[in-house]
Amino acid sequence: MRVIVVGAGKLLYYLARQFASKGYVVTLVISDATEALSLSRRVKALVLQGNGSDPHVLEEAGARRADVVVALTAKDQDNLAVCQIAHRMFRVPRTVALVNDPQNEEVFRELGVSVAFSSTQIIARILEERAGFEDIANLIPLAEGRVTISEVALREGAPAANKPLRALTLPEGALVGGILRNGDVIVPRGDTFLRGGDRLIIISRPDCYDRVLRILTGEEA
Amino acid sequence: MSLKNHDGWPQYVVIVGCGRLGSLLAGLLSEVGSSVVVIDLNEAAFDLLTAEFSGFRIVGDAVEIEVLRAAKTHKADCLLATTEEDNVNLMVAQVARKVFNVPKVLARVFDPRREPVYREFDIEAISPTKLMADAFLASLGKKREAEPCA
Repeated sequence: MRVIVVGAGKLLYYLARQFASKGYVVTLVISDATEALSLSRRVKALVLQGNGSDPHVLEEAGARRADVVVALTAKDQDNLAVCQIAHRMFRVPRTVALVNDPQNEEVFRELGVSVAFSSTQIIARILEERAGFEDIANLIPLAEGRVTISEVALREGAPAANKPLRALTLPEGALVGGILRNGDVIVPRGDTFLRGGDRLIIISRPDCYDRVLRILTGEEA
Repeated sequence: MSLKNHDGWPQYVVIVGCGRLGSLLAGLLSEVGSSVVVIDLNEAAFDLLTAEFSGFRIVGDAVEIEVLRAAKTHKADCLLATTEEDNVNLMVAQVARKVFNVPKVLARVFDPRREPVYREFDIEAISPTKLMADAFLASLGKKREAEPCA
């Protein structure tokens, strides 16, 4: 795989190292000359010093043959420009951008970036999940939001507790894809009983999500 | 047209960047009767606004969608992205067009090589570099007509 990474700092360094150890062909584009020089000595990668949103620099970095371009700078506008130029001018099939303002995650996807991720969002999600503050964690939209995967905690005494999955009339657009119980993962069948304390992995179309939650937990989303 | 007032100027304009270009446009558009909102990261930038300017000022980074929302961009007839940074202008312009459905969006883009990419996004990119080159060449051409080289 041929990967071009545009950015700076530790994230770029460790990613480049990991990619190189996986055998990817890595090219780094770094704007700061001193950092570029120092990285070129420490990482098994081709290092270019320049502005990653300059079409010439991207071309020189091999954008025409790249499989993925990753933009990790601290400025959302630069990451967007890198991805759009890579995709539009050089037909790079996949682009990945770091989004600093979490609200831009959706904007980036709408503007043609294949994967936009926000570290703020990721950390917030991990916190919610680990701390168990929330009964619902990890609401992940897939396929442009046409399906979501979510993790829902089942409390003792919830309507679905101590019932076999078969006995629940879940809508057609939803299913329980997995149960996390005492650290184990159970792939449920119709005769699997749900228990209080389970965490259910629910795969659902957004329009039936509310109904599923009500059937399982008795609560509104 | 319903979007424009009698003189044909847009009714409500959002200008991103209050530098020399942004402040000049803000004053001129105020003068012809448009309602203008100017956004800049730096409050001191508003010092450049002329006496003609009669609109609103917003301090913030227009790359954040919240800031554009505060400027009521969804109601704008026109957005002008005039900051010194191409990438800011191009991002703001696209968000205005795609997310806020602003009918007319213009962006200042210094690098003329990028123009074709952004034409696809339904954004008018105006390149000062290219305009200037055209002006220089036009002036050279005129001189030549007036006093042909012997």
